[in-house]
Amino acid sequence: MADAKVIPFDDDRSRGSAAARSTRRRSAASRRSGEPAAVREVQPLPGRFPEQDEVPVTGEDQPPQPDHGLEQRVASGLAFLRRRLTGDYEVDDFGYDEELTDQVLMSVLRPVYENYFRVDVKGIENVPAEGGALIVANHSGTLPLDGLMMQVAVHDHHPAGRHLRLLAADLVFVLPVVNELARKLGHTLACAEDAERLLAAGELVGVMPEGFKGIGKPFSERYKLQRFGRGGFVSTALRKGVPIIPCSIVGAEEIYPMIGNAKTVARLLGFPYFPLTPTFPWLGPLGAIPLPTKWTIQFGEPIPTDGYPPEAADDPMLMFNLTDQVREQIQHTLYKLLVQRRSVFF
Amino acid sequence: MLVTGVARQLGGRFVRRIQRDPQVDRVVGVDAVPPEHHLGGADFIQADIRQPTIARVLAETAADTVVHLDVTGTALGSGSRATVKETNVIGTMQLLGACQKSPTVRRLVVKSSTNVYGSASRDPAVFTETTSPKSLPSGGFAKDTVEVEGYVRGFARRRPDVAVCVLRFANILGPNADTPLAAYFSLPVLPTVFGYDPRLQFVHEDDVIDVLRIAAHEPARSTLNSGTFNIAGDGVLLLAQCSRRLGRPTVPLLLPAVTWTGSLVRTLGMTDFSPEQIRLLTHGRVVSTDQMRETLGFQPKYTTAETFADFARSRGPGLLPPEALAGAIDRIAALSLRGSGHPQTQSAD
Repeated sequence: MADAKVIPFDDDRSRGSAAARSTRRRSAASRRSGEPAAVREVQPLPGRFPEQDEVPVTGEDQPPQPDHGLEQRVASGLAFLRRRLTGDYEVDDFGYDEELTDQVLMSVLRPVYENYFRVDVKGIENVPAEGGALIVANHSGTLPLDGLMMQVAVHDHHPAGRHLRLLAADLVFVLPVVNELARKLGHTLACAEDAERLLAAGELVGVMPEGFKGIGKPFSERYKLQRFGRGGFVSTALRKGVPIIPCSIVGAEEIYPMIGNAKTVARLLGFPYFPLTPTFPWLGPLGAIPLPTKWTIQFGEPIPTDGYPPEAADDPMLMFNLTDQVREQIQHTLYKLLVQRRSVFF
Repeated sequence: MLVTGVARQLGGRFVRRIQRDPQVDRVVGVDAVPPEHHLGGADFIQADIRQPTIARVLAETAADTVVHLDVTGTALGSGSRATVKETNVIGTMQLLGACQKSPTVRRLVVKSSTNVYGSASRDPAVFTETTSPKSLPSGGFAKDTVEVEGYVRGFARRRPDVAVCVLRFANILGPNADTPLAAYFSLPVLPTVFGYDPRLQFVHEDDVIDVLRIAAHEPARSTLNSGTFNIAGDGVLLLAQCSRRLGRPTVPLLLPAVTWTGSLVRTLGMTDFSPEQIRLLTHGRVVSTDQMRETLGFQPKYTTAETFADFARSRGPGLLPPEALAGAIDRIAALSLRGSGHPQTQSAD
């Protein structure tokens, strides 16, 4: 933990430093919630190294190490650029570009996650450290920012540094640019084939079964879970014997309060809905800025599915029961989190 | 053994190679035009498979194995698209008709393509042999292969005693490949569709020959070589990666513009750049090769990336060779290292 002494530079290259980074981030998050702001600046790792006499307030009294860090950062940045420009990087069968996601796309999403929505993550220990698992979450907020924030939450907070592979609606893969970014972020089309292939490969798969019904519901119906599709996610999990992890996201409902739906415009553009919020489209692009709500993402107790016989995936009754169980659990957690919440914005 | 389409590079290579296998007594090559390359001593019969003469050829040679390679996307020499389509579809019908009448035929191998899956945004990311396409190919080579496979399935039903093997090849590349995609990658500047980065899969020419040999012989122990198999190298390359590895710059165009340009180029008769090709370069296509490994027992020697590297070597450097770019970045790195070698008074944090 030598690099814990210095406030580390963003040295993303090696796995080890990535792990150290996530430790730091976790401790930073716990610090933020637990301690007053004045203490935060001077004690990056409270109580970790009591024997250390030098307090790393600034880098002034230890120039070689930050200098070294900068040098390393420049070198790794150039190495990254070199790999990108010569096409010498790997993507998997789904087009997931791990390097680009970790180094560029996550760095873009992280400020939104940490500073704008100030996401609190609870129950990350319910996400298994290895093997396939299906995270099922509620969906809201007009634009699917909740999925992206969930991806950052798993990536930054999970001790094993797992990557969440989201299942996205087909509209995502029709739109130019969006489809390219989605594929590179590791998302794929929400269909049984892709989900089963990812789960069989031991990946962590995230799905939001409410789909457009959830994300495009009016503001008055906030935090009321919609129908969970046809329960396809349950039969997929049953077929692969992976646990289902219910996940409740609070805060996303209020980012774009949808007070109306311009159906004609939506039909013209081929979208499932066209949101009208107090600011959009009246203020133009400015109205598209989400409200800075305070988010909580809670991962619930896993629901095991490996105890069922193989033909259980074709049993509609069991499927409906399990779907309801997952839905209830998410809805209850949502209510609990809403009661605990002090205000929408803090 | 009767092999069709030997006037092409692939057919010629396959004939030369298969003759060296001890199980093969005699190889007869068939094509409408005499091949420019030698066939390694194999007999050549000039016959058009679109004509009923193919039945006589088959009866006279009494072949027990028929390898149908004359299912191609491009015309040989100065043929038009209509000729290619006729050879693909009518030729296959005639050949299958001849096979059905022939009492000697025991094995049929048909070259097909992963084009049968089409390419759409609503397709799953990875196609298996049983995946049904969301949007059937509307024309061009892809539609030919769908029709060819339909006739082959009909033949397999009518002659259950014949082992039928359909090999769906991913895009074939290699130093000698003459596929539409190879022509595309030879352009000095690659037009791409703006906002899409398709996933592509390639199979090397050498692997194509090897897998055809496996399919044309008796199956090895614990493998089965009748059925439909996807054939592709491991891994996936994005079009952006391909262009960078080739060193050819890309010009992103909006999708309507690409479609329009494609049809203009086609009308002018410059290339057969079909809508199917454009769709492939928009949405990409990846197939699962589990069946190829487990059932057919074939392990490709080249991965997708190695196939592409071999192809890139044969094409020579593009306008922006990756080595030059890498060298430039290395020089910047050396400069910045020297620059930051001086002791700094203020650190960055």
